[in-house]
Amino acid sequence: MPRVVVDVMLKPEILDPQGQAVANALPRLGVSDVASVRIGRRIEIEFTGEPDLDRAREIADKLLANPVIEDFTVRLVEADETAGTRS
Amino acid sequence: MTARVGVVTFPGSLDDGDAARAVRIAGAEPVRLWHGDPALHGVDAVVLPGGFSYGDYLRCGAIARFAPVMESIVDAARGGLPVLGICNGFQILCEAHLLPGALTRNQHLHFRNRDQVLRIETVGTAWTNAFQPGQEVLIPVKNGEGCYVADAATLDQLEAEGRVVARYLGGNPNGSQRDIAAITNEAGNVVGIMPHPEHAVEELTGPSLDGLGFFTSALKHLVGAPA
Repeated sequence: MPRVVVDVMLKPEILDPQGQAVANALPRLGVSDVASVRIGRRIEIEFTGEPDLDRAREIADKLLANPVIEDFTVRLVEADETAGTRS
Repeated sequence: MTARVGVVTFPGSLDDGDAARAVRIAGAEPVRLWHGDPALHGVDAVVLPGGFSYGDYLRCGAIARFAPVMESIVDAARGGLPVLGICNGFQILCEAHLLPGALTRNQHLHFRNRDQVLRIETVGTAWTNAFQPGQEVLIPVKNGEGCYVADAATLDQLEAEGRVVARYLGGNPNGSQRDIAAITNEAGNVVGIMPHPEHAVEELTGPSLDGLGFFTSALKHLVGAPA
């Protein structure tokens, strides 16, 4: 059964101190060609029946993302592409 | 008649006990409210205490917003019920859209815990009418996600309408925009504050007694004294 994947990211104008902390750690790995790192959240939703993108959008807008500081995208993926089924 | 002030306990609330104690010291009767019970039990005002409701999962306050008690509080707040959200309570009020903006991770990523000087900017609210305009108060701050953000238009509107209730003085502990520590809604009955007035109500346990003013303000407001 396909799942709905919701990706939540901080809006570009909102400071992401976690991403900055990761970016600042990269030189310690010998990585010097990364300009910036932004950290977001990926949520996978499995419906009991057919996946419902509109319903997923409503869930994302009301609960999963805070529209004041975050943007989100909603998409369908095949089950074998999602984390829950990867080995 | 003694005013009855509700203090909500969510799973993960920490400061509900101190908030109830502050209410009692201020001269009101604390009434413990439970997150799963939509009944407000006839309270005259409500405090949403600090802590980590629902483990801060997803975002601070995001899940508490949907608690049965919150639906009643949102309705009552729109009708004028005085509501004070402290720390996690402030985050819940923003998530519930009773206050604009959002609280995000402290800019320096450290949990900040110290006594903090604030300047009271607005005394025309249900929770600050016992202060003098511009009064400086000393109150503990303790948060990991206390950085107040909103878009520039919202910030300008808050400033223009006198809805910035308190600002950090002597160093901004979390990177909040425009040093904002507390804000209010248009009507002035809902206030969100990141520092903890309920921890500054007794000589033995607090750095001052300055926090008491927030709670006595609500009592003054309830008896209809002019702000």
